[in-house]
Amino acid sequence: MIELISPARCTGCNICVSVCPMDVFQPAGSGRADGTAPVIARQSDCQTCFLCEAHCPDDALYVAPDAETVTGIAEDAVAAAGLFGSYRRAIGWTAAHRENRSADQTFRLLAPH
Amino acid sequence: MATVPGAPVSSSAASLDLETDVLILGGGPAGTWAAIAAATGGARTILADKGFCGTSGATAASGTTLWYVDPDPAKRAAAKASREGLGGHLADHGWMDRVLDRTHAAVGQLADWGYPFPRDADGRERRVSVQGPEYMRLMRRRVKQAGVTILDHCPALELLVDGGGAVAGAVGVQRQKGGRWTVRAKAVVIATGGCAFLSKALGCNVLTGDGLLMAAEAGADLSGMEFSNAYAIAPAFGSVTKTLLYQWASFTRADGEPIPGAASKGGRSVIARVLATEPVYARLDRAEPELWAAMRQAQPNFFLPFDRAGIDPFTQRFPVTLRLEGTVRGTGGLRLVDGTCATAVPGLFAAGDAATREPICGGFTGGGSHNAAWAMSSGHWAGLGAADHARALGNGTRTLRRAGGAGLQDRLRGGHGGVIDAGGLTRAVQAEVFPYDINYFRTEEGLTGSLGRLDRLWTDAAGAMPASADTILRVREAAAMLATARWMYRSALARTESRGMHRRIDHAALDPAQHHLLTVGGLDEVHVSTRPAPVRLDPVRLDPTEAGRELAA
Repeated sequence: MIELISPARCTGCNICVSVCPMDVFQPAGSGRADGTAPVIARQSDCQTCFLCEAHCPDDALYVAPDAETVTGIAEDAVAAAGLFGSYRRAIGWTAAHRENRSADQTFRLLAPH
Repeated sequence: MATVPGAPVSSSAASLDLETDVLILGGGPAGTWAAIAAATGGARTILADKGFCGTSGATAASGTTLWYVDPDPAKRAAAKASREGLGGHLADHGWMDRVLDRTHAAVGQLADWGYPFPRDADGRERRVSVQGPEYMRLMRRRVKQAGVTILDHCPALELLVDGGGAVAGAVGVQRQKGGRWTVRAKAVVIATGGCAFLSKALGCNVLTGDGLLMAAEAGADLSGMEFSNAYAIAPAFGSVTKTLLYQWASFTRADGEPIPGAASKGGRSVIARVLATEPVYARLDRAEPELWAAMRQAQPNFFLPFDRAGIDPFTQRFPVTLRLEGTVRGTGGLRLVDGTCATAVPGLFAAGDAATREPICGGFTGGGSHNAAWAMSSGHWAGLGAADHARALGNGTRTLRRAGGAGLQDRLRGGHGGVIDAGGLTRAVQAEVFPYDINYFRTEEGLTGSLGRLDRLWTDAAGAMPASADTILRVREAAAMLATARWMYRSALARTESRGMHRRIDHAALDPAQHHLLTVGGLDEVHVSTRPAPVRLDPVRLDPTEAGRELAA
C-alpha cells in the first residue's frame, strides 16, 4: 500500500495524482494538501500496483509490499534501505539505468528447461 | 431494466457534454488498440478510462507474455493445439488463426513504434513478452498521436440507447474534476476488462465488471461465465499475482513438510485445499542459481514485495495465498456475434477481457499470452467495427435515453427509494465468490445456496436510487460485481461437468454430451442457454506433456 510521499523529494508536479488508477491522492495545493506535496487521501483504495512509483520523476513515493495493512514505515528507513526509486531503476526508467528497458529475459524462462 | 423507461438525457445535468463517432470505455490494451484502429480509420474517437489510460488494468501493473508465433504452419498448428485440452475443446480454430495473424502484425507495430524488445545472445530480437509499464506508456502515446481524445478518471456509469435500442453513448462521472460527463456516440466499445471482485490481485481493483453490467442493461448477453474461477498465487501479504516463476517453487506446511501434489501448474487446487485450514509456504528453490538473474530481469515487479520485505525467495520460505482473479484470468465475458467483435446489441462492441475469450482458449487461460493477444486483436477489430458502424449510421438526430438500472433508479424510473450501501454489498458479494469451497470447488449445493443469497441482494439493488456523487461509482461497481457473480454461478450450475477451469466436485468428469457453449444474460431473471461448440475442421495432435508445458502464466 502507498505509505509515504517524501516532502523533501516531492516537487509538487502532481503526476502521481494523475496516474494513480485508483485515485488515491489529493493534489498539492488543494483541500487537505495545502503544502507543496499531494497527500494520500484514500490510502485503503490503494491496490499496491507500484505504478505511482514508476511514474514519479523525483523518486519521492514509497509503496510498501503489504496490500492489506499500513506498515507506518518512516522515510529514513526507506532511504536507508535504498528503496526510493528502486522500481524505476529496475524497469529502466532512470537515465542511469536505461539499459534495463530492454533487459526482459522472459524468452529464456519460456524455453523448455 | 428493459421494462423501465429510462429518463431522457438532459445535457444540463452534465458538466462535460461531447459528441463523437466512436466512444471507447476502458484504456487498457484492448481499449487503446481499439482507439488507435478507430481513429486511424478516420473516426472521431473518445477514450474514457475509469482511472488513467496507461496505468489502468491488469497489464500495466504487471507485464505479460504474448501469444506471438511465427507464421510457420507447423509452429502455428502446435500453438493452437497446445491448450486445446486445457480449454475443454471449446476454442475456434478460425478465430485462433486470425488472432495469431493479427497479434503478429500488432507486435510488429509495437516494434516499429519503438518498444524496446530484448535481444538474445545471437542478437535476435525476442518478441514473446512485454513489460506492463513500458507497453502501456507507449500505447497511451500512440493513442494521443492518433488524435484520440482521452478522458482520464472518467468512469462510465451507464450507456445511452436510442429509440430502436441501439447503443448511442454513455454517461459517467469526472471523479477528479467533479460533475458528470455525457458522450453521444454512434458506436461504443466496451473494453473495461474482466471482474476480479476487488481482490487486490495485481492491477485488478480497477476491474469490477462495470462494462458487463452496462452492456447487459442495454440488452447484451454473455458467454462462458462459468469459466470465472481463476485464482493466482501471491505472497500472503502482497498483491503481486504473477505466477510464471512459481513453476520453480516448492510448497510446504508451516513445519516444513512438503505438500504432495502442490504446484503452480496442475497442483493449484491442492494448495487451495490446504490453505482452507492452514498456511502454505513457498520457496523458489527449484531454480538453479544461474537462472536467478534472468528471473529478476524478466519480472522486476515479482521481486518488489520480497526485496522490500527482506525475503530472499530463492532461499527463504514465505507464506502464500490465492487471490481471485475472476474473469480477468477466466475466459467469460460479453458474447460476440461476429468477427467485428459486435455484441448482440446494435452499436455496441466488446474487446479484451470484457469479451469472452472462448474463441481462442475455450474454458481456460493461464493469463497473459492468449489474453494479451486477444486484447490486441479484438481491440483492433472492435475499433474498426465501431468506426464502420458509425460511418454507416450517418448523421440523423436520435432521441436518447439512459439505460442504467441498479443504483440509478430514481422515482421517475420506478425506483423503490432505497440506496445501496456499496461497502456492505461489496463484502456480501466477496463472501460468495472468494471462498474456495464455493467458487473453486463447485457443487450444486454450494452454488444453489450462494445464488439464493445473491438473488436476494439483487432484488434490493435493482431498484435502488442514485447515491450521492461521491459514492455513485462505488455503488455501480458493487452492482456490477453482484450481477457478474449471478451470471457466473447460474452458468456454473448449468454446466454439470468439469471442463476447462470450471471444476464441479459433484460432476468431476468431462461430459462429452456437454461439448457446448453457455450463453447467459438477464438481470432480474438470469437465463442460461446452450450454443453448439465450434466444429474443428483440421485434425490436431494432442500431446498432454506439451499442453502441460504451455500452461505458464
